Amino acid sequence: MSGLWHGKILMLMVVLTVSRHSLAFQARNANPSNQPGTNASTGNGTENTITTLPIVTWKWHHTEGPYLVALWVLVSWICKLEIETHQTRQHSSSLQLSNFVFQLNPALTNVFPESGLLICIGWVLGGIIYGADKVQTFRLQPFTFFYYLLPPIVLDAGYSMPNKQFMGNLGAILVHAVIGTVWNAASLGLGLWGCWLGGAMGHLNTGLLQLLLFGSLIAAVDPVAVIAVFEEVHVNEVLYIIVFGESLLNDGVTVVLFNVFDAFVSLGGPAINAVEIIKGIISFFVVAFGGSLVGIAFGILISLLTRLTKKTPTIEPGFIFVFGYLSYLTAEFLSLSAILSCTFCGVFCQKYVNTNMSEKSVNTVRTTMKVFANGSETVIFVFLGISAIDPSIWVWNTGFILLTLLFIFVFRFMGVFVLTWILNQYRLVPLGLIEQLVMGYGGLRGAVAYGLVFLLDENKYKEKNLMISTTLLVVYFTVMLQGITMKPLVNWLKVKRATTDEAMLAEKIMNRTFDHMLVAIEDISGQIGHNYLWDKWHNFEEKWLFRILMNPTARKSRDYIFNIFHQLNLKDAMSYVQEGERRGSLAFVRNDSKADVDFNKQFDTDFTDMPDIMGPDHIPVPFVLRDSVPSVSLNMHEQDQKMRESEDFNAHHLLQQHLYKGRKQRHTYSRKQPVVNRDEDEVQEIFQRTMRSRLESFKSAKMGVAQPKKITKHSKKDQTEKMSNGKPADDSKIHSYGDEDFEFSEGDSAGDAAGGSFPMAAYKGGAGIVNPAYMAEMDSNEPMPPMPQIPPWLAEAGEDSSNVAPSQRAQLRLPWTPTNLRRLAPLRLSTHSNDSFLLADSPATQEGTEPQPPLPLQDGRGRGTHM
Amino acid sequence: MSSRTNRWRKTVSLEQINNLNKRFRQLSSNKETLSREDLASIPDLDNNPIRLQIINAFFDKRNLSQSEVGIVQEIGFEEFLMVLTHFQPAAMDITEDNREKLRRTKLRFLFNMHDTDGNGIITLEEYRQAVEELLSKAGTIAPETVKAIADAAMLDVASTTRGKMEPDEFYEGITFEHFLQILKTLDIETTMHVRFLNLDTANMRCGK
Repeated sequence: MSGLWHGKILMLMVVLTVSRHSLAFQARNANPSNQPGTNASTGNGTENTITTLPIVTWKWHHTEGPYLVALWVLVSWICKLEIETHQTRQHSSSLQLSNFVFQLNPALTNVFPESGLLICIGWVLGGIIYGADKVQTFRLQPFTFFYYLLPPIVLDAGYSMPNKQFMGNLGAILVHAVIGTVWNAASLGLGLWGCWLGGAMGHLNTGLLQLLLFGSLIAAVDPVAVIAVFEEVHVNEVLYIIVFGESLLNDGVTVVLFNVFDAFVSLGGPAINAVEIIKGIISFFVVAFGGSLVGIAFGILISLLTRLTKKTPTIEPGFIFVFGYLSYLTAEFLSLSAILSCTFCGVFCQKYVNTNMSEKSVNTVRTTMKVFANGSETVIFVFLGISAIDPSIWVWNTGFILLTLLFIFVFRFMGVFVLTWILNQYRLVPLGLIEQLVMGYGGLRGAVAYGLVFLLDENKYKEKNLMISTTLLVVYFTVMLQGITMKPLVNWLKVKRATTDEAMLAEKIMNRTFDHMLVAIEDISGQIGHNYLWDKWHNFEEKWLFRILMNPTARKSRDYIFNIFHQLNLKDAMSYVQEGERRGSLAFVRNDSKADVDFNKQFDTDFTDMPDIMGPDHIPVPFVLRDSVPSVSLNMHEQDQKMRESEDFNAHHLLQQHLYKGRKQRHTYSRKQPVVNRDEDEVQEIFQRTMRSRLESFKSAKMGVAQPKKITKHSKKDQTEKMSNGKPADDSKIHSYGDEDFEFSEGDSAGDAAGGSFPMAAYKGGAGIVNPAYMAEMDSNEPMPPMPQIPPWLAEAGEDSSNVAPSQRAQLRLPWTPTNLRRLAPLRLSTHSNDSFLLADSPATQEGTEPQPPLPLQDGRGRGTHM
Repeated sequence: MSSRTNRWRKTVSLEQINNLNKRFRQLSSNKETLSREDLASIPDLDNNPIRLQIINAFFDKRNLSQSEVGIVQEIGFEEFLMVLTHFQPAAMDITEDNREKLRRTKLRFLFNMHDTDGNGIITLEEYRQAVEELLSKAGTIAPETVKAIADAAMLDVASTTRGKMEPDEFYEGITFEHFLQILKTLDIETTMHVRFLNLDTANMRCGK
């Protein structure tokens, strides 16, 4: 949490700094009181001469800048909130939070992309401001945009980039980003020039170089717009990565083209010779590669630094942001491509950073990154709308504007088709016509072009205002029209969509196998293909980069599959606790543990219900074990004492502990170099927790359990079934299923049963709530032999069980069961009874008699103390 | 270049076969048949965690002819090629039916790799074995964890493929149908392929 707050504070600081620069300038000739969001009264500045001590002074002018920035951010975000609320609640007639702001038609929000709607809202806001001020007070300043709003978006894009796909399609991306952008710029500039010469635009004070400059600034596909639109559409990954990658990487080209033509315009036509042009080409490579290298250098720095930050977990996430921002700024002041730098910084460091940092920090970074990126995106679009409501920038030239729109659209498609055709000659899986159409249609222009066009010098470019208005119209046209039609188009063309559902563990494992298989086949057939290179890179990474950039202990948990497994476990553990909470069983714990009376009995019942249930068909084996354990009672005594010590356990505490325990383990697992045994234990425990919860979901689906071939079991099965039917409460249902689960395992040989019986008992307890009715029934039609063998104290307790509040069981259950599930798990699925897993466990079961019956609280507390 | 690629997409080009034949001879040290050891001695394969499974796939009768089950000791060039055809990319203008067929063939190959005893079911034992091998190279995961992962994955499969099961039922393993089901999101017809072009014999380090 603290990390998150830290991030937010950091962002606030950034926002505040923005204001000093940008708004101070904006507000110079403006009266802030007319701003719609605030309606704040004008500042009555403090008097210079005071006659008496003022208790309160009015310091509006001191806070004006930051205040306005904060308010604008707030207003933009509220707009976003408005849109989102409408999108999600469109079918419910429930009270709408912000009815009074705008009443958007739900159908409208469905059709419009969010970015388009934000622009519309920007228009409305801009209209209000203009109506009040008669002059446009606020507009998106290039400085604000390039230094404060763009970096978070780019950093987020790089940081959450799917690396493998990115690298796999790097060829296609680069071709489109470099050649495609140059083509767009050149064709648009030349096309407009031709039309200008032909007289299609009337009288314009421009020239070839200026038009080429205009072409180059508007040629680039805009990352902000592309992300905004494509994220809603969910096209397949290859398509997405190509368009998205292009929009990011073409920045290098844009920057160079823009600078080169700007310089050319200053130099004037005659001064341009071959040398200058060659310089321009060289500067492209310097800017693009230099930018990327700066980014990678910063990526390395972050990775190295995060190796050391585990002592300060609260600041850890901050480093990512600061370094990301620094990489952007560094590239900027070296006049390299800042976007490329920031992107590559994110791409490069994500893997190392994510393993180096603690899980909490990783989550914080992710969340905060999204907050930043989404926030700036929202602000950008709103301000793109606001900036338009300003008659002073609007110059209309039908020929110029319409031709620009037409050329942009047509040349984009031409470029995409030609380039893809060339690429398809080399791609094993060619991009189909449909994909090409979407790629062409996805050529959205956005705020980058707008920011660049505002940077133009009015004295050099007489038609600056025309360029601005054309750029704005192009942005609106692409973001609104193409954005709106993108979704229907994708539906209509039946473009392959991305699969959104979460992949299963089995699938991930299969994917991994699959990757290795491709590499192996390439090796066998002697190819040097993409898989081969990827594999070689992987080996290199494993050998060197991990060693250098990764926390030595973090490397351990790095494995992809293990991480997924780990994530699943986490989720399971969470839902497990939530489930317990939902059932309300934990709520009881508080009272009961305070009462401190029933512990003994409670324990007894835990043992009783085991023989009760096992009795019918688990013939003597468990009891042999049981009997051979004279220490059971002793054991209980011990536990009892332990529990007494912990009488102030309440539900909250327990819950906390349980959750915390999970995390704690993980930390020790990934951070300290743990002793092997201990390590295994921890992993085991994670696993057991998973299994437990999985089993429950299994049970509810009545997952198949017993092996059909065991006939002896069937009588019992019927019983169980009957019982489960007879049970009224849903709690009991779980219980009975637990029973069945066990039967499944019991299909193994007798030898296993010894191992298996115990877990089952434990599991019983774990299933928690025992239905008294159930117990009674069991006792009544009890035909089986083992019953009499039940030790008296246990039998007695069995009767008591009806008095015991279920929650107490639950209290025990939390830490308790997982320890034993380990043994249950393999049994359930294994067709081979004596697998090593079991064998390894069974001795422990036997010799573990004294401390064996798992000590829930002791266990829990043991961890609790050192947390 | 382009015409060659296009031809290869439709059939295996002559040049392609020649290249692969060269490679075959290189691997088998100019013998008519290729043995398991020949493949095992490819140095690049050393780092591959599933190398045994891959090598076995080349000698698996199921991948050579549809009906038989079992293992051959040595394969000729024709068989070698036959296995490799599983890794051909789909043609651009493939029909839906053929695409589905292709998908099944490719998945079948993957399935056979896991189903080592050839009874049509990937049992937990087999699956564990596979996962263990897969994760073995990482070297950082304890064997117990590997088992746990395999078990959890198997449970995953069981619960998704057999949502409702009778209490008497027992999940004995992943059948091919289930296999198809869990991998329905894997775009295998467009991803399971290897570029057989540009055979670089000069740089190839042969095991012998």
